[in-house]
Amino acid sequence: MPASTATRINDFAIKIATVNGTGSASANSLLMKSIFRSGIPVMGKNYFPSNIQGLPTWYEIRVTRDGYVARSGRVEIMVAMNAETYARDVKEVAAGGYLIYDSTWPRPALLKREDITVLGVPLARLCNENFNGVRTRILMKNICYAGVLAALLDLDLERIRELLAETYAKKPQLVDSNMKAIQLGYDYARASFSCPLPLRVEPMSGTAGHIMIDGNTAAALGCLFAGATVAAWYPITPSTSLMDAFKMFSDRMRVDPASGRKNFAFIQAEDELAAIGMVIGAMWNGARAFTATSGPGISLMNEFLGLAYYAEVPAVIFDIQRVGPSTGMPTRTQQGDLMECAYASHGDTRHVCLYPSNPEECFYMAVQAFDLAERLQTPVLVLSDLDIGMNDWMCRDLKWDDNYRPDRGKVLGKAEVLELKKFYRFLDLDDDGIPYRTLPGVHPKAAYFTRGSGHTQYGAYTEDSADYQVVLDRLLRKWATAKKLVPRAVIDATAGAPVGLVSLGSCDGAVREAIEVLKSRGVGVDYMRVRSFPFSEDVERFLTAHELLFVVEQNRDAQLRALLTLETAVEKSRLRSLLHYNGLPISSSFIVEGVLAELQPRQRLQPKGAAHG
Amino acid sequence: MTFIAKPKVAHPSLPKNALGFTRRDYEGALSTLCAGCGHDSITAAIVEASWGLALEPQNVVKLSGIGCSSKTTAYFVSGGHGFNSVHGRMPSIAMGANAANRSLHYIGVSGDGDTLSIGLGQFCHAIRRNLNMLYIIENNGVYGLTKGQFSASADVGSRAKKGETNFQPPIDPVLLAMTLGASFVARSFSGDKQQLVPLIQAGLRHQGFALIDVLSPCVTFNDHEGSTKSYAYTREHYEPAVHADFVPLEREITADYKEGETLPLIMHDGSRIVLRKLDAAYDPTNRTLAAAQIQERMKAGEYLTGLLFVDLEPAQSAFHVVNQTPDAPLNSIPFEVLSPGSKGLEKALARYR
Repeated sequence: MPASTATRINDFAIKIATVNGTGSASANSLLMKSIFRSGIPVMGKNYFPSNIQGLPTWYEIRVTRDGYVARSGRVEIMVAMNAETYARDVKEVAAGGYLIYDSTWPRPALLKREDITVLGVPLARLCNENFNGVRTRILMKNICYAGVLAALLDLDLERIRELLAETYAKKPQLVDSNMKAIQLGYDYARASFSCPLPLRVEPMSGTAGHIMIDGNTAAALGCLFAGATVAAWYPITPSTSLMDAFKMFSDRMRVDPASGRKNFAFIQAEDELAAIGMVIGAMWNGARAFTATSGPGISLMNEFLGLAYYAEVPAVIFDIQRVGPSTGMPTRTQQGDLMECAYASHGDTRHVCLYPSNPEECFYMAVQAFDLAERLQTPVLVLSDLDIGMNDWMCRDLKWDDNYRPDRGKVLGKAEVLELKKFYRFLDLDDDGIPYRTLPGVHPKAAYFTRGSGHTQYGAYTEDSADYQVVLDRLLRKWATAKKLVPRAVIDATAGAPVGLVSLGSCDGAVREAIEVLKSRGVGVDYMRVRSFPFSEDVERFLTAHELLFVVEQNRDAQLRALLTLETAVEKSRLRSLLHYNGLPISSSFIVEGVLAELQPRQRLQPKGAAHG
Repeated sequence: MTFIAKPKVAHPSLPKNALGFTRRDYEGALSTLCAGCGHDSITAAIVEASWGLALEPQNVVKLSGIGCSSKTTAYFVSGGHGFNSVHGRMPSIAMGANAANRSLHYIGVSGDGDTLSIGLGQFCHAIRRNLNMLYIIENNGVYGLTKGQFSASADVGSRAKKGETNFQPPIDPVLLAMTLGASFVARSFSGDKQQLVPLIQAGLRHQGFALIDVLSPCVTFNDHEGSTKSYAYTREHYEPAVHADFVPLEREITADYKEGETLPLIMHDGSRIVLRKLDAAYDPTNRTLAAAQIQERMKAGEYLTGLLFVDLEPAQSAFHVVNQTPDAPLNSIPFEVLSPGSKGLEKALARYR
């Protein structure tokens, strides 16, 4: 046996290569959930094609007793179910690891590696002998490998049965057939291999107070709990599941039990231009409204975003970023829309952006987005990504504060309007750059005209230079107010090091793991995770306090670094980029290697006092 | 400039509506359009219609896109909120606004460029959703603000002021709307207030999308000989087919309508439109036949006008009926009702544990 015999409990990664549309998703989530239910922290990442059926797909499960949430960058166990990708799947297994394949048909390529253990299971034959129907056999073959893994990893079959019973609560006959397939694989593995493997799971209690949820579902819940009533969107991967989840939860929790009427409007728009228009129209009219889209949708929404900025209409937009440019790779992840969202639309425009790092934060930031949008009377963009949005993450249980009441901002009601001598829409009465608004239907005295054309602070059309500039300058004061209201950066300066890592969004898990690894190798670094645009004041302070900064992000053009150099006084030369943009979620090893590659030559030079920059 | 308010001195003898308002109370800022512009007549018709219906001014929401026509929302009902949005995208603003508060009167004013070129998609989809709004196209066949380019409604053979001839077939909003299933389709002429005012009133009361395509000559760029959207040409070629008399709920039908020539339609609030067929062969309740007749007459160079099609049961497809929204506006539902609270969250999360 070439494999390492050293026991590794609850600390390894499994990758499963299948063909999409063959039911592997159910098998994979069954595996992951059963590990999670055993109290073991786990990470799951789905790498799927932009296709309905027939193209290669992978699922990566990282069993991580230390609770890491990112990819490790290593694969210890590969389940190679797809002949088409077999060659590269074999290559990816770490030395000392295991490869499981369907041995119904011989595969000569499997002989090519001596440093891994190859385990053949005749999955197709087992299923053909025990199930009828072509489709059933294909589906069960994938459930069957879950049974094999259950035996190899020492998973509790009862827990698997319990999960199947929950999934198929309405179709109990499916529980039995799925369990039969599990048992087939399980028994075969027990009879043929020495089970369990040295890499295996052991129940622990590391998941108490946690849930497994994807960011789009969490964001949808945030919208629902924030009181959003109008949801308009145009279908686009990877944002669609956010809208689907909002509809599902609303159908359950927002229907008046007496009348059967729905306390929400769900509108599938004709395109993203219309979707954002509907959100703007609804929020202008006093409802909380939102849309979810991805990069191509944001491109289309630019014109309307500029209108909402200048006419000061709140709007909430979720950008579930995917790989660009253009159509790019729709089912892969990236942080490529940072610049586009920050400055969307022509003319002088800047938009409030929030950068959640995981599903938990998607939930809370969704709520915050509505409060900020209405307080600031401006669009707020929540920049999630495919990795956060569509993968199940283990995160802390979501909590709701029953004392929360929405911040509807400066909206004057009828009584307040009647007290005024005259209502003017765009006056800065409180010196914070935020004017007062009214809603249609309140009173004739409250009426005003909303327009994207030049206007005075009194709300009238203008082509007068000075009058135009008064409004534009006030918008800048409002931007300064936004700086104080947006979520602050998360800063860990416990290392007190001259070197800092700066990152945002879904990089967070990988960065935090990388910092631990670096520490274990004697390299201490501080960390700042930016959570919003405009940058809060602490961002500038952190940048100033560190000699060398690594900016870790998932795009080619160092967009976060560009934003930092544009919006703060930091010298460009102190910012080094670590850029990961191949479409897969960033791994901790990528960051560790990147930091060490830069620091180690410096450290060697340092005793001589050599200058470097 | 549009922010110059008109003097509000009203003569005490001016007639008042049921709310005690005079026509002046339904006016807006001074128009900045060219003297003689058809659009100003439409603005006047909207003022007249709103006054006649005794609409609460604050319950009127005025929406528009970009162009000469879109400016006019500032020129009527100054007591209602207005939203002059971006080019061709007014229907989406209207959709969102209407979703948030279904209880207001939504008047969209657009032009042939705004609706039939850049905004064609949104126009079509607003019709498909049977969005409850009055949608007026001020149709002059030409781009005014950019100085005289043809629009998508320009007829084949129509000549531009600079001499160019249009060879592209026009998009006719009336026929298009009928194909898309619009529930209220009318055509009129800015110069025919008698016809236009009751059409606007009926459109405002219609539960669903009400389209009125109003031929509205551009005196500056499209009123010359050779234009098919000039005052002279329109007067000569427009052909009233169905006259709609709007009869508010509180008024009895007193006019002497001849049996067989009239068709009273009951609106959802109990008011009525009495259709007077000026063209005996025309049936405004039969979508297929009406569309065929409009097309035939168009070939002969005639524009049939009036309430050309009306769906007697528009409500089934109206947005809020399909969506099953409550009668109360969504923006009025208390937060406590909307947010399921910590217990609700716990329940929702059960499947993620």
